[in-house]
Amino acid sequence: MKHVKTLNKAMK
Amino acid sequence: MTGMIHKFSQNGYYIVLDVNSGAVHVVDEVFYKMLDLVQPPFAGDCPEALYAAFPEISREEIGEYYSELRELYEAEQLYSPDYYDDLAGKMISAPVKAMCLHVAHDCNLRCRYCFASTGDFGGTRTMMPVEIGKMAIDYLIKYSGSRHNLELDFFGGEPTMNFELVKEVVRYARSLEKAHNKNFRFTITTNGILLDDDKIDFINKEMFNVVLSVDGRKEVNDRVRARVDGSGCYDSMMPKFKRLVEKRGDGQYYVRGTFTKFNKDFAEDVLHLNQEGFDQISVEPVVADPNLDYALTWDDLPEVFAEYERLAKILLERKKTGTGFNFFHFMLDLDQGPCAVKRLKGCGCGNEYVAVTPDGDVYPCHQFVGHEEWKMGSVLDLSIDEKKKEMFVHSSVLDKPECKKCWAKFYCSGGCNANNMQYARNILTPYTLACEMEKKRLECAIMIKAALDEWSTEG
Repeated sequence: MKHVKTLNKAMK
Repeated sequence: MTGMIHKFSQNGYYIVLDVNSGAVHVVDEVFYKMLDLVQPPFAGDCPEALYAAFPEISREEIGEYYSELRELYEAEQLYSPDYYDDLAGKMISAPVKAMCLHVAHDCNLRCRYCFASTGDFGGTRTMMPVEIGKMAIDYLIKYSGSRHNLELDFFGGEPTMNFELVKEVVRYARSLEKAHNKNFRFTITTNGILLDDDKIDFINKEMFNVVLSVDGRKEVNDRVRARVDGSGCYDSMMPKFKRLVEKRGDGQYYVRGTFTKFNKDFAEDVLHLNQEGFDQISVEPVVADPNLDYALTWDDLPEVFAEYERLAKILLERKKTGTGFNFFHFMLDLDQGPCAVKRLKGCGCGNEYVAVTPDGDVYPCHQFVGHEEWKMGSVLDLSIDEKKKEMFVHSSVLDKPECKKCWAKFYCSGGCNANNMQYARNILTPYTLACEMEKKRLECAIMIKAALDEWSTEG
């Protein structure tokens, strides 16, 4: 994504 | 089922946390502002209001922003649904797996902020007899059911004042491990005054973790951590702490301090402890009656928040230059961490975790000791008050209306029930002053993750 960087794989 | 996000800006980063999935997004300023203008379900085309809100940006680019927002939403990484009520059935009476053993209700210090009334918990100054210590082990084995990993923390008062009992209890517990298929993890919290090579060697051999109590700079420490005669303790304990850590090798430890209204520049104390050779550090806000001169109050929060942010920046710079250290409350595992059930249950006090007094009385946790109405059993007759236990079973995040609405709930797990009881008069009502500081620490911890990620990408 151009405007977003997701830091983690993301709990359940 | 409603989704929830929390967004904040710190140190030049725009950060969005998706509460229910745990996803953390670092976004640009436009995306950040856009989230104030639109709400899920993000169906259909980009709303005209968004084009109008950013006239300086082309329609094509705004459309691009919106499609990224929708993509995150559809991947359940933004406003992801709350399925956690489905876990309510897992909040059940559980085996007791952790115990705080109050081996001494006495202390050789008279720290002003001590929640244990300077060691005696509001009662008489007593030492736990060895027989009670052994009964506590029997109690833990009995109520731990099929749990394999058991934790036992030697606590006080000052546990080194009754160190022969510590040794005896460890030996006794170890002798039972194999027959009962248990793995005991012992820990100890000490002010260090009585440490000598014999105690240090025993602690380093047997203790899974050790907490060394010191507040930081000598003048800060000695102002509140005084001996019975009023003199400071810094010069006596620091060489002993250094020796313990030096001999401990790679074993876990923490130097653990408390900051008060007297040292709202507590980052200096963290740095001092690091300068003295410690790299596992925790310095935490005092919890105290707001009328006391050292208590932190709502008026102090802006300064405390600014200091947390300053410490976060310093820690980042130090990590960048390879001279970093661990600051307990900025440590955060964003990739995994514990399961959702654990996050909802929190500390497990009164259900999975209990405290035992020198007389053998059982309490929900060390912070409830001394409050007779919270007594919930005895190791002498192996009793436990199932009604009280059930009350704590139902003190998870799901049972705390204020916490259920809070973005930090999966990280603080509903806070400290004892503090809730003491300051909000109900274990289910959060002690909000502590909540605000917890939230600031979490924001700092997440910002550090964002900055480290950026540096590793650039590097």
